[in-house]
Amino acid sequence: MSSIREPQIFALLAEFDRAEGIIAAANAARAAGFTDLHAYTPFAIEELSQILKTRRRDWIPAIVLAGAILGGLTGFFLQYYAAAISYPVNIGGRPPNSWEVFIPITFELTILGGAMIGALGLFIISGLPQLYHPVFTAPEFRRATQDAFFLSIEASDPNFNETSTQDFLRTLQPVNVIGILDSRTWRRPNIQHEDQN
Amino acid sequence: MQKETNNLGSDPVVEGQHSYDEISRRISDITLVRKTHLMWFAGFGVMFLFVMLLCYAIAKLLFDGIGIWGVNIPVAWGFAIANFVWWIGIGHAGTLISAILLLMNQKWRTSINRFAEAMTLFAVACAGLFPLLHLGRPYYFYWLLPYPNTMVLWPQFRSPLVWDVFAVFTYLAVSVVFWYIGMIPDLATLRDRARSNFTFRIFGILSLGWRGSAEHWHHYERLYLILAGLATPLVVSVHTVVSFDFAVAIVPGWHSTIFPPYFVAGAIFSGFAMVLTLAIPIRAAFRLKDLITMHHLENMAKVLIATGLIILYSYLSEFFFAYYSGDRFERYIVLDRMFGGYAFMYWLLIACNIVAPQLLWFRRLRRNVGFLFVLSLLVNVGMWTERYVIVVTSLHHDFMPSAWGMYSGTWWDYATLAGTVGLFFALMFLFVRLLPVISMAEMRKLIAPPNAKKEEA
Amino acid sequence: MKTRNDTYLKDLPEGFLHRRDFLRLMGASIALAGLSGCGLRQPVEQIVPYVSGPEDRTEGAPLFYATATTHGGYALGTLVESHEFRPTKVEGNPLHPASLGASDIFSQASVLTLYDPDRSNNVLYQGQIDTYENFLIDLRRKRGNQQTKNGSGLRILTENITSPTLASQIEGLLKDFPAAGWHQYEPVNRDNERDGSMLAFGEAVETIYRFDQADVILLLDADPFADGPGRVRYARDFSKKRRVRKGIDSGMNRLYAVESSPTVTGSMADHRLAVRSADIEGLAGRLLLELTGNSSLPTSAPETKISEFIGLVGRDLIRNRGSSLVIAGRSQPASVHAIAHSLNALLGNVGNTVIYTEPVLANTVNNVESLRSLVADINAGKVEMLAIVGGNPAYDAPSDFFFSESLSNVAWTSHLSLYEDETSARCSWHIPLAHELESWGDARCFDGTASIIQPLIAPLYDGRSPHEFLAAFTENYVATGYEIVRGYWKTQNQDANSNNARDTNSKTDRSSKLPDSRANSAKAADGFEEGWQASLRNGLVANTAFQTKTVSVKADLWGQYLPPPAADPGSIEINFRPDPSIYDGRYSNNAWLQELPKPLTKLTWDNAVLMSPNLALQLGVNQEVGSTGGSHGTSIVEIVELKFDGKTVRAPVFAVRGHADESVTIHLGYGRTNAGEAGSGPGFNAYALRSSGAMWSASGLEITKTGETFSLACTQAHHSMEGRELVRHASLKEYKRDPTFAKREADDPAKQISLYPGWTYEGHAWAMSIDTSICNGCSACVVACQAENNIPVVGKEEVLRAREMHWIRVDTYFEDNAENSRTLHQPVPCQHCENAPCEIVCPVGATTHSAEGLNEMTYNRCVGTRYCSNNCPYKVRRFNFFGYADLETPVAQLQRNPQVTTRSRGVMEKCTYCVQRIQYAKINAETEGRELLDGEIVTACQQACPTEAIVFGDKNDKSSRVAKLKAEPTDYGLLADLNTRPRTTYLATIKNPNEDAQKE
Repeated sequence: MSSIREPQIFALLAEFDRAEGIIAAANAARAAGFTDLHAYTPFAIEELSQILKTRRRDWIPAIVLAGAILGGLTGFFLQYYAAAISYPVNIGGRPPNSWEVFIPITFELTILGGAMIGALGLFIISGLPQLYHPVFTAPEFRRATQDAFFLSIEASDPNFNETSTQDFLRTLQPVNVIGILDSRTWRRPNIQHEDQN
Repeated sequence: MQKETNNLGSDPVVEGQHSYDEISRRISDITLVRKTHLMWFAGFGVMFLFVMLLCYAIAKLLFDGIGIWGVNIPVAWGFAIANFVWWIGIGHAGTLISAILLLMNQKWRTSINRFAEAMTLFAVACAGLFPLLHLGRPYYFYWLLPYPNTMVLWPQFRSPLVWDVFAVFTYLAVSVVFWYIGMIPDLATLRDRARSNFTFRIFGILSLGWRGSAEHWHHYERLYLILAGLATPLVVSVHTVVSFDFAVAIVPGWHSTIFPPYFVAGAIFSGFAMVLTLAIPIRAAFRLKDLITMHHLENMAKVLIATGLIILYSYLSEFFFAYYSGDRFERYIVLDRMFGGYAFMYWLLIACNIVAPQLLWFRRLRRNVGFLFVLSLLVNVGMWTERYVIVVTSLHHDFMPSAWGMYSGTWWDYATLAGTVGLFFALMFLFVRLLPVISMAEMRKLIAPPNAKKEEA
Repeated sequence: MKTRNDTYLKDLPEGFLHRRDFLRLMGASIALAGLSGCGLRQPVEQIVPYVSGPEDRTEGAPLFYATATTHGGYALGTLVESHEFRPTKVEGNPLHPASLGASDIFSQASVLTLYDPDRSNNVLYQGQIDTYENFLIDLRRKRGNQQTKNGSGLRILTENITSPTLASQIEGLLKDFPAAGWHQYEPVNRDNERDGSMLAFGEAVETIYRFDQADVILLLDADPFADGPGRVRYARDFSKKRRVRKGIDSGMNRLYAVESSPTVTGSMADHRLAVRSADIEGLAGRLLLELTGNSSLPTSAPETKISEFIGLVGRDLIRNRGSSLVIAGRSQPASVHAIAHSLNALLGNVGNTVIYTEPVLANTVNNVESLRSLVADINAGKVEMLAIVGGNPAYDAPSDFFFSESLSNVAWTSHLSLYEDETSARCSWHIPLAHELESWGDARCFDGTASIIQPLIAPLYDGRSPHEFLAAFTENYVATGYEIVRGYWKTQNQDANSNNARDTNSKTDRSSKLPDSRANSAKAADGFEEGWQASLRNGLVANTAFQTKTVSVKADLWGQYLPPPAADPGSIEINFRPDPSIYDGRYSNNAWLQELPKPLTKLTWDNAVLMSPNLALQLGVNQEVGSTGGSHGTSIVEIVELKFDGKTVRAPVFAVRGHADESVTIHLGYGRTNAGEAGSGPGFNAYALRSSGAMWSASGLEITKTGETFSLACTQAHHSMEGRELVRHASLKEYKRDPTFAKREADDPAKQISLYPGWTYEGHAWAMSIDTSICNGCSACVVACQAENNIPVVGKEEVLRAREMHWIRVDTYFEDNAENSRTLHQPVPCQHCENAPCEIVCPVGATTHSAEGLNEMTYNRCVGTRYCSNNCPYKVRRFNFFGYADLETPVAQLQRNPQVTTRSRGVMEKCTYCVQRIQYAKINAETEGRELLDGEIVTACQQACPTEAIVFGDKNDKSSRVAKLKAEPTDYGLLADLNTRPRTTYLATIKNPNEDAQKE
């Protein structure tokens, strides 16, 4: 439930209109010693994830591999158990463990395991679904998924200071600098502004 | 970057210059703003009638039994299996385009992969119907699945039909995931461009609160690439397994080692044909000619030639092996296909699959949209005919002349086939209206560099 | 023992049901209570189970009763399996001379007729339901009138009768009414045999053939294995000299056949000549003249083919004096029969391969003349009362008699028949006839041996037996069939019975001395009782076979005889033949027989104008395969119009290999109007063209195309093996040169590479061996299988779609070699492959392999992917595309074999090697604490087979018959090069053509 207390600043966003802009800005911010940096872009920009070194490690490949192995083993032993242990029966004179014919399903389940668990991994790692996030409170932020590039320095950063950080951001020639309040109530962006940009 | 795009072919991947905002607006407006065209209602309406026909045919089937179809002994498989293989084949292009072309870093896939993937899902859905319906007792289909039961009964894992179950299910599941994950950023775009509370909520939930964080993008791209890596062997394996339905049997005309590659090639062939069949009207209807360019169509035409040649090779090798093996039954089947009771079907498929695509050697025809459209339809027909010929001719004259017979579909066979075609297009109609037909995120990425450079200049 | 068992039987309350059968029968009994007042019960009189049937009655165990079924009057001894008073299956009676344990399609199918819901179940008067009592009252009144005038107005019309009791009843009746008349008519009669023997010997005699003695056999349009009284026995005897086995060098017999249209027997021939029926007398006559030496006519006759044949046969016959045999068919005129008699006499065959006895028919009359005189009397207004006992003359009488019309000139007509048929519809009274399985009676078989027909179930539809019906015309009009039959046999000589009592299971013991009558008369009574019991138990009355009779051909019979010249080649000949499956129409409503693929043509549900492909070509009528079913299923043929002495009929044309040119054959029995659900409708009525002048064949047929087409349901139209070695065959000469001619390297499992180690089978390994050289394609196995395994009938529409359900089929191929074409029969049941292709592809494991090597179907588990059928190279699997099994009609349930599951819709089924019989025998052996004996398990097809071509057993038991047969050099597996390792294997066909023929 929303409190009456004075809303705290959550982060400062600098808006850019070009990939180059935010890449440069991110470099500068990193150079200026900011650590709690985040970037929000309408499409993937590989350089950014290098510059602002992501906090969590790169787990996706490992997760997928684990899932694939799990699926594969399940696939084979499911068949082996059913055909050779649980209910062995003479099928067309073939031995109960005719492993050669178990391969296709083993393969399919390998893929299935990898893909499914991988997808699950992505959501867990990136904390999705997460329908609320403070940045959503800024009406401008709607364009992060369209044509705007945002660099955010969050208040949790040790070097963060509401005024100086703002000045710093302005030096990066952003289109605009926005403050994000850490309010628990997220106003739905006012759609009337749609056509202003 | 600039150079690369030019190297891609005679045309740029996308024509003209576009800004991020313009891309987003144009594509998302198809869903959000543009008011539904009358033609859409007309088209969807017609297809919906076919869906009703399908429901009727299925109801009739469940009440009266499989006997309403034309199947008999010797030819115990007919339309149902031919349709199944055909639809699965069509379902291959989507994943192929989005996965294999992605791995090959083929930029031109960007503007077609989204609806190609959608097409895959719908085709696989149609395909999935048939193995269920063609059962003598469809209500026991779940006996093909492994589940613990008091009878300690399991599926018989040596049967290619069980492999089918797993392959098709895996393919469907992975395709859905691949498709959905690929769509999340665009759903977010739709959310943020939503004009009504309703659409805002819907897309808000579907996009899972995607906010384009660089970190998310990183994991996202990683997974997307890996999924593509997984989907590539998968897509090959699925039709391989489907081909096992035939190759594992001892029936002359089925029992052949060439089948897996032959079927995969056929799948890509028919898949791309179907993508053309869809792309051409879509780019016209939604004025996307500059995003889905002549370049895309021509590339697909080239893929058609390539796969068409692989199929020709498969046919030839079948003849050769029939001759070389000296197996009386194999030889007979080859001749029977050409001159027997189903000769017409055989030559029809040769005309559609082998002869017609050769015209694509001519650049002028490759670049003739009308011709491509007709050709894509021909190839679709040809591929169905091929499945029919493989399924029916091999069975109708197998080992024992005393048991030889003929087969022909009944009205209900045709109704079911037409019904699934209707289902497929009905779903396509809904898709193009309700979801982004082209991946906006990838589009932005594609146009990013030139756009940026222009602004610097 | 026996008595205990019997009293137990007697004491069972009516409708008593064992727990195990209760549920199964409940529905049926309730419905039946409505059908007949009594519900399910055994007959009230004491019936006696078969000698080798289980003596102790155990729950659910079937009992076997010896009785007989008749066909054309002649008996075939049968054992009938009964489950709690429900006869379910008919088998041959091993003790009976006509059967020797084998049976035929008619006796196999009779159990279906018993339960036919279309059977008449009401007494009708003027078409209105009435009571038997009223019939009796009415009859007494009419009878009164007749008594005043010695019954001059009374006529009795029966079919041909061998029943001693019935004959004596009629005699008795004729004593009471001296002026009355007894007429006999059957459309498929033995007039020509009778007249032939009259011509040759001046008296009517029964001709009995000893095929087991014959080395060279000449058939003149005869079909002794499929048609005629001795068919089952003859097929067996013939096969004895047909088997070629390693080591044993018993001379193989040789069969020459001259016939107009292809027959089952002709298909066995080593030399077969297709000529018009009309030309056969010429051929036979010339042969006779050549053999008698006084051959006046030039040896080089116009048609060289025929004279060549004559030369070939003539030399062979002479070479085999005393062990040759000439047989004329019922369709050939008396003169040809006389010629056959003379030839046999000339060749010294009489007493060796041919014996003569008194006629077996109670009273041999020329049927056609008999009916002619009846019709004459009727039209002369002499007939006031007409009693028609069985038969259906209104439908099958010669068309020129206009019998059905003349019926209306008779004041009082009564008709006793199973169905309310065409004749019943025109009679004032219709009385339902009790089926042979539900009434007492007796009949003689081809050699005169009499059998008592005992009922296995009380009449389902309140029918009356012929005995009871005829008794109604006497003073003792309430006599039951039991009293009448038993009464008759009491009057017969006791010694037969007492001998019978002495040795229960020997009909052969003819030598036993007859005790002198005085000593005998004392213990006559109990002697009779024992004898009666024994007769019932054994299914035959001992010592009733007729003694051989010496007759001599009239001298100067052929004095100035000149064989008739060949008929004018221009005119087309029409032949009338009984239908291979529904005979003269009496089995029209028997769906098993209707759907049985007719031998050679493989047609079902229809008759057609059979002609040679040449003639069809000449007429420009073509025949193509339909898009559904096709070469197996629909045959789209043209309809032609047949014009024969003023009458026209439209009928579909069907071309058959081996038919004589300029000649067509049409089968009787179709085009019924009052037959029942299955029988009414299909086919065209051939009787419309048949007249007393042309009962069997005549020339002058006109055929005109109509251009219309018709779909015939044909289960095999592709009769070429396409060079695939499915039936491997050779001549005896080739066999002697290389006994292993049927072996192929590729078939040898040892030489076949496999990814897997083979599966080893300890204990029993069930297997089957089928000898194709003695299979004559009679198809008894098909019907037997259908009866045993509750195989549903699917109807013409479904056969057209190639969905018939028979678990065993008889494939027929025509292979041309050198001069004549070989007809090859191959029964194909499930091959029970050890590497079964069907099992591997079943996704739910519904078809699996048993430890004893059976390829088993689990119906409950089947989901119906039909993949197994696709992958079965033999295409022996059958699928329930619809719910074919009739689960509604209550009376249909009664026939079902309780030991076999009835299959539901969407389920695959196939031959099980009669697994229920295997289990039953195993359980018996186990309870008796002994090993299974070889031959203890007999599959239904094997049991029915007249030629013992099918042998089943344990191939792991090296001493078993099947193991020995598989060791034969001619043994081979069908498509074994596919590495399926079939458990069913075949013995290659060996024909025995005359070497002289090859020389020419």
